[in-house]
Amino acid sequence: MAVQKYGEQTVMALNGDEAVAWAVKQSNVDVVAAYPITPQTIIVERISEFVHNGEVDMEFIRVESEHSALSASWGASLAGARAFTATAANGLALMWEILYIVSSTRVPLVMAVVNRALSAPINIHNDHSDTMGARDSGWIQLYSEDAQEAYDNTIMAFKIAEEAMLPVMVTLDGFTISHTLQNVSVLPDEVVSNFVGERKIPRIKIPTIYGEKEVPFMLNPKYPITFGPLDLYDYYFEHKVQQNEAMKATPPIIEKVHKEYGEISGRSYEPVHMIPYKTEDADVVIIGLSSTMSVVRKVVDQLREEGKKVGAIRLRVFRPFPAEMLRKELSNFSTVGVLDRCISFGAEGGPLFLEIRSALYSSPSKPATVNYIYGLGGRELPPKLIAKAFNEILEVRAEPGTPIVKYLGVRE
Amino acid sequence: MPLIEIRWHGRGGQGVWSGSAVLAYSAIKAGKYAQSFPQFGPERLGGPVTAYNRIDDKPIVDRGPIYEPDIVIVIDPSLLKPRYASSILSGLKSGGYLLVNSDKDPAEVRRDLNAPENISVWSVDATSIALEEIGRASPNTTMLGVLLAATNLLPTEYLEQGILWRWPGSVGEKNINALKRAMKEARVDPAKEVVKV
Repeated sequence: MAVQKYGEQTVMALNGDEAVAWAVKQSNVDVVAAYPITPQTIIVERISEFVHNGEVDMEFIRVESEHSALSASWGASLAGARAFTATAANGLALMWEILYIVSSTRVPLVMAVVNRALSAPINIHNDHSDTMGARDSGWIQLYSEDAQEAYDNTIMAFKIAEEAMLPVMVTLDGFTISHTLQNVSVLPDEVVSNFVGERKIPRIKIPTIYGEKEVPFMLNPKYPITFGPLDLYDYYFEHKVQQNEAMKATPPIIEKVHKEYGEISGRSYEPVHMIPYKTEDADVVIIGLSSTMSVVRKVVDQLREEGKKVGAIRLRVFRPFPAEMLRKELSNFSTVGVLDRCISFGAEGGPLFLEIRSALYSSPSKPATVNYIYGLGGRELPPKLIAKAFNEILEVRAEPGTPIVKYLGVRE
Repeated sequence: MPLIEIRWHGRGGQGVWSGSAVLAYSAIKAGKYAQSFPQFGPERLGGPVTAYNRIDDKPIVDRGPIYEPDIVIVIDPSLLKPRYASSILSGLKSGGYLLVNSDKDPAEVRRDLNAPENISVWSVDATSIALEEIGRASPNTTMLGVLLAATNLLPTEYLEQGILWRWPGSVGEKNINALKRAMKEARVDPAKEVVKV
């Protein structure tokens, strides 16, 4: 692809939902299947308007449940279409069965998930319990910090998914991103369209009655292929290992796509998997995901003015988990605070904390780790609580082997 | 311009969120960075609702509710009662602005709410203006006129663009008329020590 230099970007006023919908509009998507009521968001509402107004050449399928939304998107993708769907919270929970089927059949589907708390009790606000629960389902997970990044991640997701032949979840925080109107720089339609291109379908060799024939790896009545048939103890295990290898091979693809996207947009989010902030001379850092981290950076600035050597790291890619990169990045700090907007019942901390501690176990200088579980069901995390956490981890000189798990912002 | 934070108070159905969205859109069109978001909850017709704006010349890192606003806009007169005063005035900065929809004199509003002396109180009968100009009691754009009268936050033309973005055509034009009337009719009871935003 010829590299187009960025220039003509339009600054629009969009909320996170609209930013994702705009990205989908520009990305040559063929099929969107969605279930249109709560906990669904404005994403598919805007997309259905684009379809209704004839602004896109896209099939919009209204289905009867989230389970069907993902099933229909999966089927469309198997038939060679570029497909997209969106969901949130309990909607994602209802998709559970199909999440694994999508990833295991190597379908390059893109799904936006607006991060919302799971019932019960009913709560429509932001936390990460929905997508964290889906962390083992074989989807690449990109976490967005704001509406701009949700737009950028959605465009990049199509390219990452199709090159990796794996599905990608683009997440954005419920309300804090999804319902917040902000400045979003939008690329011209043709620039995005050229960037994502048409979906390229790999070709495989199949036996036919006329001998071996090379056909596209998709559902095609002329050359029937079965996806996901019975596969017992003979080959299932090998297929799962292959799937895992495919996932582990994605970081270079993710980085390459970011670099290419940077060339057309000026936004490459380097170093891609995680973005450090004022960590060079920091004694302690706080690491976390999504929109909270911009406020954490503000608190870092405030504490730096007080002479405290603190830093922040925002993780953007949770799956595949960049363990080796994190080990390198985190080994030099005395203490690492980990923010989890999710609770893992009965575990020794939140999901991000558990994986970071696991990664650090094989680091020569094991930093102490402190887990802060925060913001469940949309509970606010004001700057003063973030400062409190920083001040705590500056004091903490826990034995590296001892996990400390705390709640931040809960009534005691 | 430093970061300006605005909190809107009203009731569901009065266009609190639309008003803050129009303001953010206008600020973005004027080349600034802006956010607009509602107090996150299911909207209920008639229930008290809150929305927020942040506007700055540089990218905004803050997220979530505004605890110490520079400006508070109250678009529902029924909230101008002592029992709501603490939530309306909560965190309002010294030198800040309280902009209310009321047919009362701003000094009277200040007395009713026992509002501090270090803020400017502006009032306009936004409901009457909205009814006369737009034909319905949607005082959000009218209150944006009070905002322009009280501060130099944005040139009027950008608010006009914002209103037409939200309500294209004649409805938008009527809202612009309401905004312009409020700019003229807004009355102020200045702070003891006025700090211009």
